[in-house]
Amino acid sequence: MKIIVLMKQVPNKDAILRIDREEKWIEEGDLSFEVNESDGYALEESLRLKEKKGGEVVVCSMGPQRVKSVIKDALARGADRAIHIVGDNLAHVGPYAAARILADAIREEQPDLVMTGLQSDDYGYAQTGVILAELLGLPHATIVIEVDASGEQFRVKRELESGWYQWYTMPTPALLTIQSGINPIRYASLKGIMAAKKKEIREVQPASEALSEGDDFQSIKRIYFPQKTKQTQFLGDGDAKKGAAQLAEKLRTEARIF
Amino acid sequence: MSNGILVFVEHRDGAFNKASFEAVAAAQQLGAALGQEVSAVLLGADAGLAQGVAGYDVSRVITAENPKLAVYTPDAYADAFEQLVRSLDPQYVFMPHTYLVRDFAPKLAARFGKGVISDCIRAQVEGGAVTFARRIFLGKIDADVIAAGASPVFATFQSGAYRGDQAQKGVGAPVESVQVEVGEVRMQPEAPFQEVKQAVDLSKANVIVAIGRGIKGQEHIALAEKLAAALGGDIAASRPICDAGWLPIDRQIGSSGQTVAPKLYIALGISGAIQHLVGMKNSTTIVAVNKDPEAPIFDIADYGIVGDLFEVVPVLTEEIQKLKG
Repeated sequence: MKIIVLMKQVPNKDAILRIDREEKWIEEGDLSFEVNESDGYALEESLRLKEKKGGEVVVCSMGPQRVKSVIKDALARGADRAIHIVGDNLAHVGPYAAARILADAIREEQPDLVMTGLQSDDYGYAQTGVILAELLGLPHATIVIEVDASGEQFRVKRELESGWYQWYTMPTPALLTIQSGINPIRYASLKGIMAAKKKEIREVQPASEALSEGDDFQSIKRIYFPQKTKQTQFLGDGDAKKGAAQLAEKLRTEARIF
Repeated sequence: MSNGILVFVEHRDGAFNKASFEAVAAAQQLGAALGQEVSAVLLGADAGLAQGVAGYDVSRVITAENPKLAVYTPDAYADAFEQLVRSLDPQYVFMPHTYLVRDFAPKLAARFGKGVISDCIRAQVEGGAVTFARRIFLGKIDADVIAAGASPVFATFQSGAYRGDQAQKGVGAPVESVQVEVGEVRMQPEAPFQEVKQAVDLSKANVIVAIGRGIKGQEHIALAEKLAAALGGDIAASRPICDAGWLPIDRQIGSSGQTVAPKLYIALGISGAIQHLVGMKNSTTIVAVNKDPEAPIFDIADYGIVGDLFEVVPVLTEEIQKLKG
Protein backbone atom coordinates (compact mmCIF):
# COMPACT_ATOMS: atom_id res chain seq x y z
CA MET A 1 0.00 0.00 0.00
CA LYS A 2 1.46 3.34 -1.03
CA ILE A 3 0.34 6.20 1.22
CA ILE A 4 1.08 9.85 0.59
CA VAL A 5 0.81 12.10 3.65
CA LEU A 6 0.42 15.83 3.10
CA MET A 7 1.98 17.84 5.90
CA LYS A 8 1.96 21.60 6.35
CA GLN A 9 4.31 23.72 8.40
CA VAL A 10 2.55 26.40 10.47
CA PRO A 11 3.63 28.94 13.11
CA ASN A 12 4.10 27.44 16.55
CA LYS A 13 0.86 27.27 18.53
CA ASP A 14 2.29 29.15 21.48
CA ALA A 15 3.93 31.86 19.37
CA ILE A 16 2.96 35.43 20.15
CA LEU A 17 1.69 36.73 16.83
CA ARG A 18 2.31 40.24 15.54
CA ILE A 19 0.58 41.72 12.52
CA ASP A 20 2.86 43.01 9.77
CA ARG A 21 2.86 46.57 8.47
CA GLU A 22 0.71 45.84 5.39
CA GLU A 23 -1.86 44.21 7.71
CA LYS A 24 -2.10 41.25 5.35
CA TRP A 25 -0.08 38.72 7.33
CA ILE A 26 1.98 38.26 10.49
CA GLU A 27 5.62 39.12 11.13
CA GLU A 28 7.47 35.89 10.38
CA GLY A 29 11.00 37.10 11.17
CA ASP A 30 11.37 35.64 14.65
CA LEU A 31 8.61 33.04 14.51
CA SER A 32 9.21 29.40 15.23
CA PHE A 33 7.35 26.84 13.15
CA GLU A 34 6.01 23.35 13.73
CA VAL A 35 4.00 20.72 11.91
CA ASN A 36 0.27 21.35 11.66
CA GLU A 37 -1.26 19.32 14.50
CA SER A 38 -3.73 17.15 12.59
CA ASP A 39 -1.14 16.47 9.85
CA GLY A 40 1.05 14.91 12.54
CA TYR A 41 -1.80 12.53 13.35
CA ALA A 42 -2.23 11.76 9.63
CA LEU A 43 1.42 10.72 9.52
CA GLU A 44 1.01 8.51 12.61
CA GLU A 45 -2.02 6.77 11.12
CA SER A 46 -0.20 6.19 7.82
CA LEU A 47 2.79 4.65 9.64
CA ARG A 48 0.46 2.31 11.55
CA LEU A 49 -1.24 1.26 8.31
CA LYS A 50 2.14 0.57 6.73
CA GLU A 51 3.13 -1.57 9.71
CA LYS A 52 -0.02 -3.66 9.25
CA LYS A 53 -0.26 -3.81 5.47
CA GLY A 54 3.27 -3.18 4.24
CA GLY A 55 4.12 -0.69 1.55
CA GLU A 56 5.49 2.79 1.59
CA VAL A 57 4.78 6.16 3.23
CA VAL A 58 5.70 9.24 1.19
CA VAL A 59 5.60 12.66 2.85
CA CYS A 60 4.71 15.67 0.74
CA SER A 61 5.06 19.24 1.97
CA MET A 62 5.19 22.59 0.26
CA GLY A 63 6.76 25.89 1.15
CA PRO A 64 10.17 27.52 1.54
CA GLN A 65 13.30 25.64 2.65
CA ARG A 66 12.24 25.86 6.30
CA VAL A 67 9.60 23.15 5.73
CA LYS A 68 12.51 20.69 5.46
CA SER A 69 12.38 20.47 9.26
CA VAL A 70 8.84 19.04 9.05
CA ILE A 71 9.93 16.63 6.31
CA LYS A 72 13.04 15.45 8.16
CA ASP A 73 11.06 14.90 11.33
CA ALA A 74 8.52 12.78 9.41
CA LEU A 75 11.32 10.73 7.85
CA ALA A 76 12.84 10.21 11.30
CA ARG A 77 9.50 8.91 12.59
CA GLY A 78 9.39 6.34 9.83
CA ALA A 79 8.24 7.81 6.51
CA ASP A 80 10.21 6.29 3.62
CA ARG A 81 10.84 9.28 1.35
CA ALA A 82 9.60 12.78 0.70
CA ILE A 83 8.51 15.25 -1.96
CA HIS A 84 9.19 18.90 -1.22
CA ILE A 85 7.36 21.39 -3.44
CA VAL A 86 9.64 24.39 -3.12
CA GLY A 87 8.49 28.00 -3.24
CA ASP A 88 8.59 31.01 -0.93
CA ASN A 89 4.98 32.05 -1.49
CA LEU A 90 3.46 28.60 -1.31
CA ALA A 91 2.38 29.11 2.29
CA HIS A 92 -0.04 31.78 1.10
CA VAL A 93 -1.81 30.22 -1.87
CA GLY A 94 -5.52 29.59 -1.45
CA PRO A 95 -6.94 26.09 -1.04
CA TYR A 96 -7.85 25.57 -4.70
CA ALA A 97 -4.42 26.63 -5.96
CA ALA A 98 -2.76 24.57 -3.22
CA ALA A 99 -4.76 21.52 -4.27
CA ARG A 100 -3.82 22.10 -7.93
CA ILE A 101 -0.12 22.22 -7.08
CA LEU A 102 -0.34 19.16 -4.82
CA ALA A 103 -2.28 17.23 -7.47
CA ASP A 104 0.43 17.92 -10.05
CA ALA A 105 3.14 16.83 -7.63
CA ILE A 106 1.61 13.51 -6.53
CA ARG A 107 -0.56 12.36 -9.46
CA GLU A 108 2.14 10.20 -11.07
CA GLU A 109 2.88 8.49 -7.77
CA GLN A 110 -0.52 6.75 -8.07
CA PRO A 111 -0.98 6.34 -4.31
CA ASP A 112 -3.50 3.93 -2.79
CA LEU A 113 -4.25 6.45 -0.07
CA VAL A 114 -3.70 10.15 0.41
CA MET A 115 -3.95 11.37 4.00
CA THR A 116 -3.77 14.80 5.54
CA GLY A 117 -5.04 16.68 8.57
CA LEU A 118 -8.59 18.00 8.61
CA GLN A 119 -7.55 21.64 8.60
CA SER A 120 -4.53 23.87 9.07
CA ASP A 121 -3.92 25.85 12.21
CA ASP A 122 -2.97 29.02 10.28
CA TYR A 123 -5.53 29.86 7.56
CA GLY A 124 -7.96 27.18 8.72
CA TYR A 125 -9.66 26.77 5.33
CA ALA A 126 -10.46 23.09 6.00
CA GLN A 127 -10.83 22.28 2.32
CA THR A 128 -7.52 21.65 0.54
CA GLY A 129 -7.80 17.88 1.03
CA VAL A 130 -11.35 17.65 -0.30
CA ILE A 131 -10.55 19.81 -3.35
CA LEU A 132 -7.48 17.67 -4.01
CA ALA A 133 -9.64 14.53 -3.93
CA GLU A 134 -11.94 16.08 -6.53
CA LEU A 135 -9.01 17.10 -8.76
CA LEU A 136 -7.52 13.60 -8.55
CA GLY A 137 -10.92 11.95 -9.05
CA LEU A 138 -10.71 10.15 -5.68
CA PRO A 139 -13.52 9.43 -3.20
CA HIS A 140 -12.88 11.10 0.13
CA ALA A 141 -13.88 11.04 3.77
CA THR A 142 -13.29 13.93 6.19
CA ILE A 143 -12.79 14.15 9.95
CA VAL A 144 -11.72 10.50 10.11
CA ILE A 145 -11.14 9.18 13.64
CA GLU A 146 -10.46 5.49 12.88
CA VAL A 147 -9.28 3.49 9.88
CA ASP A 148 -10.09 -0.21 9.56
CA ALA A 149 -8.03 -1.83 6.81
CA SER A 150 -8.30 -5.35 8.22
CA GLY A 151 -11.13 -6.63 6.06
CA GLU A 152 -11.53 -7.00 2.33
CA GLN A 153 -13.15 -3.60 2.18
CA PHE A 154 -11.66 -0.46 3.51
CA ARG A 155 -13.69 1.20 6.32
CA VAL A 156 -13.29 4.57 7.98
CA LYS A 157 -15.05 6.03 11.00
CA ARG A 158 -16.07 9.66 10.59
CA GLU A 159 -16.79 12.04 13.42
CA LEU A 160 -20.14 13.79 13.12
CA GLU A 161 -21.26 16.53 15.49
CA SER A 162 -22.23 16.25 19.18
CA GLY A 163 -20.75 12.84 19.86
CA TRP A 164 -22.15 11.03 16.80
CA TYR A 165 -20.07 8.85 14.49
CA GLN A 166 -20.53 7.01 11.21
CA TRP A 167 -18.67 4.26 9.38
CA TYR A 168 -18.12 4.48 5.63
CA THR A 169 -16.99 1.68 3.38
CA MET A 170 -14.89 3.02 0.54
CA PRO A 171 -12.88 1.77 -2.42
CA THR A 172 -9.22 2.70 -2.76
CA PRO A 173 -7.52 4.79 -3.99
CA ALA A 174 -9.07 7.38 -1.67
CA LEU A 175 -8.27 10.53 0.26
CA LEU A 176 -8.84 10.88 4.01
CA THR A 177 -8.64 13.96 6.21
CA ILE A 178 -7.64 12.92 9.71
CA GLN A 179 -8.93 14.28 13.02
CA SER A 180 -6.44 15.02 15.78
CA GLY A 181 -6.23 12.30 18.40
CA ILE A 182 -6.77 9.33 16.07
CA ASN A 183 -3.73 7.60 17.61
CA PRO A 184 -0.96 8.49 20.08
CA ILE A 185 1.91 10.02 18.11
CA ARG A 186 5.29 8.30 18.27
CA TYR A 187 8.52 10.14 18.86
CA ALA A 188 11.45 9.85 16.50
CA SER A 189 14.05 7.40 17.81
CA LEU A 190 17.76 8.08 17.57
CA LYS A 191 17.94 5.23 15.08
CA GLY A 192 15.15 6.84 13.08
CA ILE A 193 16.91 10.18 13.04
CA MET A 194 20.11 8.54 11.76
CA ALA A 195 18.22 6.53 9.13
CA ALA A 196 16.38 9.64 7.94
CA LYS A 197 19.63 11.18 6.75
CA LYS A 198 19.85 8.60 3.96
CA LYS A 199 16.25 8.95 2.81
CA GLU A 200 15.32 10.68 -0.43
CA ILE A 201 13.84 14.19 -0.42
CA ARG A 202 12.84 15.04 -3.98
CA GLU A 203 12.45 18.75 -4.67
CA VAL A 204 9.93 19.82 -7.30
CA GLN A 205 8.87 23.23 -8.57
CA PRO A 206 5.19 24.10 -8.88
CA ALA A 207 3.89 24.77 -12.38
CA SER A 208 3.47 28.53 -12.73
CA GLU A 209 -0.08 28.36 -14.08
CA ALA A 210 -1.19 26.31 -11.08
CA LEU A 211 0.08 29.06 -8.80
CA SER A 212 -2.37 31.63 -10.05
CA GLU A 213 -5.32 29.53 -11.16
CA GLY A 214 -8.33 29.54 -8.91
CA ASP A 215 -6.50 31.55 -6.32
CA ASP A 216 -8.34 34.75 -7.07
CA PHE A 217 -11.68 33.68 -5.60
CA GLN A 218 -10.86 35.31 -2.29
CA SER A 219 -8.32 37.85 -1.16
CA ILE A 220 -7.47 39.15 2.27
CA LYS A 221 -8.10 42.87 2.62
CA ARG A 222 -6.83 43.27 6.14
CA ILE A 223 -6.06 41.25 9.25
CA TYR A 224 -6.48 42.50 12.81
CA PHE A 225 -6.86 41.28 16.37
CA PRO A 226 -10.48 40.38 17.18
CA GLN A 227 -12.62 42.87 19.01
CA LYS A 228 -13.52 41.70 22.44
CA THR A 229 -17.13 40.78 22.96
CA LYS A 230 -16.78 40.97 26.73
CA GLN A 231 -15.12 43.52 28.97
CA THR A 232 -12.53 41.34 30.62
CA GLN A 233 -11.25 42.41 34.02
CA PHE A 234 -7.56 41.62 33.98
CA LEU A 235 -6.28 40.93 37.47
CA GLY A 236 -2.85 41.01 39.07
CA ASP A 237 -1.23 43.31 36.52
CA GLY A 238 1.48 40.80 35.68
CA ASP A 239 1.72 39.41 39.20
CA ALA A 240 0.07 36.00 38.94
CA LYS A 241 -0.18 35.40 42.69
CA LYS A 242 -1.69 38.81 43.36
CA GLY A 243 -4.13 38.14 40.51
CA ALA A 244 -5.13 34.83 42.09
CA ALA A 245 -5.89 36.49 45.44
CA GLN A 246 -7.95 39.23 43.75
CA LEU A 247 -9.81 36.62 41.71
CA ALA A 248 -10.82 34.63 44.80
CA GLU A 249 -12.26 37.80 46.32
CA LYS A 250 -14.16 38.71 43.14
CA LEU A 251 -15.58 35.22 42.74
CA ARG A 252 -17.08 35.66 46.21
CA THR A 253 -18.25 39.30 46.08
CA GLU A 254 -19.05 39.92 42.40
CA ALA A 255 -19.78 36.55 40.84
CA ARG A 256 -21.18 35.21 44.14
CA ILE A 257 -19.97 31.69 43.49
CA PHE A 258 -19.56 30.98 47.20
CA MET B 1 -25.99 37.66 -15.24
CA SER B 2 -25.78 35.74 -12.01
CA ASN B 3 -28.24 36.83 -9.40
CA GLY B 4 -29.68 35.80 -6.09
CA ILE B 5 -28.58 33.90 -3.04
CA LEU B 6 -28.95 30.16 -2.49
CA VAL B 7 -28.92 29.06 1.13
CA PHE B 8 -28.39 25.41 2.01
CA VAL B 9 -30.61 23.85 4.68
CA GLU B 10 -29.14 20.70 6.24
CA HIS B 11 -31.20 17.85 7.64
CA ARG B 12 -30.71 14.31 8.87
CA ASP B 13 -33.27 11.68 9.85
CA GLY B 14 -36.17 14.08 9.31
CA ALA B 15 -34.72 16.86 11.49
CA PHE B 16 -33.02 20.12 10.55
CA ASN B 17 -29.52 20.99 11.61
CA LYS B 18 -30.27 24.17 13.57
CA ALA B 19 -27.18 25.90 12.19
CA SER B 20 -29.04 25.98 8.86
CA PHE B 21 -31.32 28.74 10.12
CA GLU B 22 -28.30 30.78 11.15
CA ALA B 23 -27.25 30.60 7.49
CA VAL B 24 -30.82 31.56 6.50
CA ALA B 25 -30.59 34.62 8.80
CA ALA B 26 -27.24 35.55 7.21
CA ALA B 27 -28.67 35.14 3.71
CA GLN B 28 -31.75 37.24 4.55
CA GLN B 29 -29.69 40.08 6.04
CA LEU B 30 -27.16 40.13 3.20
CA GLY B 31 -29.89 39.64 0.60
CA ALA B 32 -31.73 42.71 1.91
CA ALA B 33 -28.54 44.78 1.81
CA LEU B 34 -27.67 43.56 -1.70
CA GLY B 35 -31.25 43.78 -3.02
CA GLN B 36 -31.16 40.09 -3.97
CA GLU B 37 -33.67 37.29 -3.51
CA VAL B 38 -32.95 34.35 -1.23
CA SER B 39 -33.84 30.80 -2.25
CA ALA B 40 -33.51 27.90 0.17
CA VAL B 41 -32.14 24.57 -1.06
CA LEU B 42 -32.76 21.14 0.43
CA LEU B 43 -31.31 17.92 -0.95
CA GLY B 44 -33.33 14.72 -0.64
CA ALA B 45 -35.80 16.15 1.89
CA ASP B 46 -39.39 15.05 2.36
CA ALA B 47 -42.34 17.38 1.84
CA GLY B 48 -42.73 18.08 5.54
CA LEU B 49 -39.20 19.43 5.85
CA ALA B 50 -39.65 21.56 2.72
CA GLN B 51 -42.83 23.03 4.22
CA GLY B 52 -40.92 23.80 7.40
CA VAL B 53 -38.48 25.92 5.43
CA ALA B 54 -41.28 27.50 3.37
CA GLY B 55 -42.46 29.20 6.56
CA TYR B 56 -39.38 31.41 6.47
CA ASP B 57 -39.15 34.65 4.51
CA VAL B 58 -37.51 33.30 1.36
CA SER B 59 -38.61 33.70 -2.26
CA ARG B 60 -38.84 29.95 -2.80
CA VAL B 61 -37.77 26.57 -1.50
CA ILE B 62 -36.08 24.21 -3.95
CA THR B 63 -35.85 20.52 -3.16
CA ALA B 64 -33.55 18.34 -5.26
CA GLU B 65 -34.87 14.83 -5.61
CA ASN B 66 -33.10 11.58 -6.36
CA PRO B 67 -33.23 8.26 -4.48
CA LYS B 68 -29.45 8.50 -3.96
CA LEU B 69 -29.97 11.60 -1.81
CA ALA B 70 -31.86 9.69 0.89
CA VAL B 71 -28.67 9.27 2.92
CA TYR B 72 -25.88 11.84 2.85
CA THR B 73 -22.76 11.12 0.81
CA PRO B 74 -20.37 13.76 -0.56
CA ASP B 75 -20.55 12.25 -4.06
CA ALA B 76 -24.34 12.47 -4.29
CA TYR B 77 -24.62 15.88 -2.63
CA ALA B 78 -21.94 17.44 -4.85
CA ASP B 79 -23.60 16.11 -8.02
CA ALA B 80 -27.07 17.31 -7.01
CA PHE B 81 -26.00 20.71 -5.71
CA GLU B 82 -23.79 21.34 -8.76
CA GLN B 83 -26.80 20.93 -11.04
CA LEU B 84 -28.90 23.35 -9.00
CA VAL B 85 -26.13 25.95 -8.98
CA ARG B 86 -25.58 25.62 -12.74
CA SER B 87 -29.26 25.95 -13.57
CA LEU B 88 -30.12 28.70 -11.06
CA ASP B 89 -26.90 30.72 -11.61
CA PRO B 90 -26.83 32.45 -8.20
CA GLN B 91 -24.30 35.08 -7.22
CA TYR B 92 -23.86 33.65 -3.72
CA VAL B 93 -24.21 30.19 -2.16
CA PHE B 94 -24.36 30.33 1.64
CA MET B 95 -24.10 27.31 3.93
CA PRO B 96 -23.65 26.64 7.65
CA HIS B 97 -20.08 25.53 8.50
CA THR B 98 -21.18 22.13 9.79
CA TYR B 99 -19.23 18.88 9.62
CA LEU B 100 -21.50 17.75 6.76
CA VAL B 101 -20.98 20.94 4.75
CA ARG B 102 -17.23 20.80 5.34
CA ASP B 103 -17.36 17.31 3.83
CA PHE B 104 -18.96 18.24 0.49
CA ALA B 105 -18.79 22.03 -0.08
CA PRO B 106 -15.11 22.15 -1.15
CA LYS B 107 -15.84 19.39 -3.67
CA LEU B 108 -18.78 21.41 -5.01
CA ALA B 109 -16.75 24.64 -5.23
CA ALA B 110 -13.87 22.80 -6.94
CA ARG B 111 -16.24 22.00 -9.79
CA PHE B 112 -16.49 25.75 -10.34
CA GLY B 113 -12.69 26.08 -10.22
CA LYS B 114 -12.53 27.66 -6.79
CA GLY B 115 -12.67 27.14 -3.05
CA VAL B 116 -15.07 28.20 -0.30
CA ILE B 117 -14.82 31.34 1.85
CA SER B 118 -15.11 29.15 4.89
CA ASP B 119 -16.12 29.51 8.53
CA CYS B 120 -17.12 33.20 8.34
CA ILE B 121 -17.97 34.95 11.59
CA ARG B 122 -19.39 38.16 10.10
CA ALA B 123 -20.32 39.59 6.74
CA GLN B 124 -21.39 43.00 5.57
CA VAL B 125 -22.20 44.67 2.29
CA GLU B 126 -19.79 47.37 1.18
CA GLY B 127 -20.07 48.96 -2.25
CA GLY B 128 -22.48 46.34 -3.55
CA ALA B 129 -20.30 43.36 -2.58
CA VAL B 130 -19.93 41.31 0.57
CA THR B 131 -16.91 41.61 2.84
CA PHE B 132 -16.54 38.44 4.90
CA ALA B 133 -14.67 38.14 8.18
CA ARG B 134 -13.00 34.85 9.07
CA ARG B 135 -10.94 33.80 12.06
CA ILE B 136 -7.42 32.61 11.36
CA PHE B 137 -4.66 31.20 13.58
CA LEU B 138 -7.14 29.23 15.71
CA GLY B 139 -9.10 32.37 16.56
CA LYS B 140 -6.19 34.65 17.43
CA ILE B 141 -6.60 36.95 14.41
CA ASP B 142 -9.50 38.07 12.19
CA ALA B 143 -9.19 38.51 8.44
CA ASP B 144 -11.48 40.58 6.24
CA VAL B 145 -11.88 38.76 2.96
CA ILE B 146 -13.45 39.82 -0.31
CA ALA B 147 -14.58 37.52 -3.08
CA ALA B 148 -13.24 37.97 -6.57
CA GLY B 149 -13.59 36.25 -9.90
CA ALA B 150 -16.69 34.79 -11.51
CA SER B 151 -19.90 33.94 -9.66
CA PRO B 152 -20.95 32.11 -7.64
CA VAL B 153 -19.28 32.92 -4.35
CA PHE B 154 -19.41 29.96 -1.95
CA ALA B 155 -19.30 30.88 1.73
CA THR B 156 -19.94 29.05 5.01
CA PHE B 157 -20.85 30.62 8.36
CA GLN B 158 -19.52 29.56 11.73
CA SER B 159 -21.97 28.16 14.26
CA GLY B 160 -23.25 31.08 16.37
CA ALA B 161 -22.11 33.80 13.93
CA TYR B 162 -25.76 34.58 13.22
CA ARG B 163 -28.76 33.80 15.37
CA GLY B 164 -31.20 31.25 14.03
CA ASP B 165 -34.07 32.82 15.94
CA GLN B 166 -33.50 36.00 13.92
CA ALA B 167 -34.30 34.23 10.66
CA GLN B 168 -37.47 36.03 9.53
CA LYS B 169 -40.69 34.13 9.06
CA GLY B 170 -42.70 34.80 5.92
CA VAL B 171 -46.13 34.31 4.43
CA GLY B 172 -45.32 30.91 2.93
CA ALA B 173 -42.84 30.43 0.11
CA PRO B 174 -43.59 28.22 -2.90
CA VAL B 175 -41.86 24.83 -2.93
CA GLU B 176 -40.36 23.64 -6.21
CA SER B 177 -39.08 20.13 -6.50
CA VAL B 178 -36.44 19.36 -9.10
CA GLN B 179 -35.32 15.92 -10.29
CA VAL B 180 -31.54 15.78 -10.43
CA GLU B 181 -29.05 13.30 -11.87
CA VAL B 182 -26.62 11.68 -9.49
CA GLY B 183 -23.65 9.72 -10.81
CA GLU B 184 -21.78 6.88 -9.14
CA VAL B 185 -21.68 7.10 -5.35
CA ARG B 186 -18.42 5.50 -4.27
CA MET B 187 -18.77 5.50 -0.49
CA GLN B 188 -21.32 3.38 1.41
CA PRO B 189 -22.35 4.96 4.70
CA GLU B 190 -23.55 2.90 7.65
CA ALA B 191 -26.08 4.24 10.16
CA PRO B 192 -24.80 7.05 12.41
CA PHE B 193 -24.35 6.02 16.05
CA GLN B 194 -23.33 7.39 19.44
CA GLU B 195 -20.53 5.88 21.48
CA VAL B 196 -21.46 4.18 24.75
CA LYS B 197 -23.48 6.49 26.94
CA GLN B 198 -21.28 9.05 28.56
CA ALA B 199 -20.54 8.26 32.17
CA VAL B 200 -20.07 11.89 33.17
CA ASP B 201 -22.75 14.49 32.52
CA LEU B 202 -21.04 17.85 32.89
CA SER B 203 -24.08 19.77 31.64
CA LYS B 204 -25.48 19.88 35.20
CA ALA B 205 -22.27 21.00 36.89
CA ASN B 206 -22.35 24.35 38.71
CA VAL B 207 -18.63 24.89 38.57
CA ILE B 208 -16.20 23.49 36.00
CA VAL B 209 -12.42 23.74 36.15
CA ALA B 210 -11.12 22.96 32.67
CA ILE B 211 -7.53 22.34 31.68
CA GLY B 212 -5.76 22.69 28.33
CA ARG B 213 -2.30 22.26 26.89
CA GLY B 214 -0.89 24.68 29.47
CA ILE B 215 -1.15 21.98 32.15
CA LYS B 216 1.87 20.41 30.42
CA GLY B 217 1.73 16.97 32.01
CA GLN B 218 -0.71 14.46 33.43
CA GLU B 219 1.00 14.70 36.82
CA HIS B 220 -0.15 18.33 37.13
CA ILE B 221 -3.86 17.57 36.81
CA ALA B 222 -4.09 17.07 40.59
CA LEU B 223 -3.49 20.80 40.96
CA ALA B 224 -6.62 21.60 38.97
CA GLU B 225 -8.55 18.87 40.77
CA LYS B 226 -7.78 20.51 44.11
CA LEU B 227 -9.15 23.81 42.84
CA ALA B 228 -12.26 22.05 41.55
CA ALA B 229 -12.70 20.35 44.94
CA ALA B 230 -12.38 23.69 46.77
CA LEU B 231 -15.21 25.06 44.62
CA GLY B 232 -17.29 21.88 44.73
CA GLY B 233 -16.90 21.61 40.97
CA ASP B 234 -16.00 19.13 38.27
CA ILE B 235 -12.83 18.76 36.23
CA ALA B 236 -12.97 18.96 32.43
CA ALA B 237 -10.59 19.54 29.53
CA SER B 238 -10.05 20.74 25.99
CA ARG B 239 -9.54 18.26 23.23
CA PRO B 240 -5.72 17.85 23.27
CA ILE B 241 -5.84 16.66 26.89
CA CYS B 242 -8.32 13.89 26.07
CA ASP B 243 -6.47 13.07 22.83
CA ALA B 244 -3.37 12.51 24.93
CA GLY B 245 -5.36 10.21 27.24
CA TRP B 246 -4.72 12.36 30.33
CA LEU B 247 -8.45 12.58 31.03
CA PRO B 248 -11.22 10.35 29.65
CA ILE B 249 -13.11 11.59 26.60
CA ASP B 250 -16.32 12.15 28.61
CA ARG B 251 -14.53 15.08 30.27
CA GLN B 252 -14.03 16.85 26.93
CA ILE B 253 -15.74 20.21 26.34
CA GLY B 254 -16.34 21.51 22.83
CA SER B 255 -17.81 20.74 19.43
CA SER B 256 -16.84 17.09 19.56
CA GLY B 257 -17.46 16.76 23.30
CA GLN B 258 -19.98 18.17 25.76
CA THR B 259 -21.66 21.57 25.71
CA VAL B 260 -21.91 23.17 29.14
CA ALA B 261 -23.12 26.41 30.72
CA PRO B 262 -22.16 26.33 34.43
CA LYS B 263 -22.27 29.28 36.84
CA LEU B 264 -18.49 29.36 36.81
CA TYR B 265 -16.07 28.08 34.16
CA ILE B 266 -12.37 28.35 34.92
CA ALA B 267 -10.17 27.76 31.86
CA LEU B 268 -6.60 26.93 32.84
CA GLY B 269 -4.02 26.99 30.07
CA ILE B 270 -6.69 26.79 27.36
CA SER B 271 -6.03 29.06 24.39
CA GLY B 272 -9.67 29.06 23.26
CA ALA B 273 -9.92 27.60 19.76
CA ILE B 274 -13.46 27.95 18.42
CA GLN B 275 -14.04 24.19 18.77
CA HIS B 276 -13.65 24.64 22.52
CA LEU B 277 -15.46 27.97 22.83
CA VAL B 278 -18.68 26.68 21.29
CA GLY B 279 -18.91 24.18 24.13
CA MET B 280 -18.64 26.66 27.02
CA LYS B 281 -19.22 30.25 25.90
CA ASN B 282 -22.66 30.44 27.52
CA SER B 283 -21.26 29.90 31.01
CA THR B 284 -22.40 32.64 33.42
CA THR B 285 -18.94 33.63 34.64
CA ILE B 286 -15.80 32.73 32.71
CA VAL B 287 -12.30 32.91 34.17
CA ALA B 288 -9.23 32.48 31.97
CA VAL B 289 -5.66 31.90 33.10
CA ASN B 290 -3.14 31.88 30.28
CA LYS B 291 0.44 32.97 29.68
CA ASP B 292 -0.41 34.38 26.23
CA PRO B 293 -2.18 37.76 26.54
CA GLU B 294 -3.52 37.32 22.97
CA ALA B 295 -5.13 33.94 23.66
CA PRO B 296 -8.69 34.02 22.24
CA ILE B 297 -10.08 32.67 25.51
CA PHE B 298 -9.67 36.17 26.97
CA ASP B 299 -12.13 37.52 24.38
CA ILE B 300 -14.98 35.82 26.20
CA ALA B 301 -13.60 35.88 29.76
CA ASP B 302 -15.11 37.97 32.55
CA TYR B 303 -11.92 37.69 34.61
CA GLY B 304 -8.48 37.10 33.18
CA ILE B 305 -5.07 36.51 34.65
CA VAL B 306 -2.15 36.70 32.25
CA GLY B 307 0.38 34.46 33.90
CA ASP B 308 1.60 31.01 34.79
CA LEU B 309 -1.19 28.71 35.93
CA PHE B 310 1.28 26.92 38.20
CA GLU B 311 1.62 30.14 40.19
CA VAL B 312 -2.05 31.10 40.03
CA VAL B 313 -3.83 27.85 40.89
CA PRO B 314 -2.26 27.02 44.30
CA VAL B 315 -2.83 30.59 45.56
CA LEU B 316 -6.36 30.69 44.17
CA THR B 317 -7.21 27.34 45.81
CA GLU B 318 -5.82 28.47 49.14
CA GLU B 319 -7.60 31.86 49.03
CA ILE B 320 -10.92 30.24 48.20
CA GLN B 321 -10.53 27.79 51.08
CA LYS B 322 -9.76 30.71 53.39
CA LEU B 323 -12.73 32.79 52.23
CA LYS B 324 -15.05 29.82 52.54
CA GLY B 325 -13.75 29.46 56.09
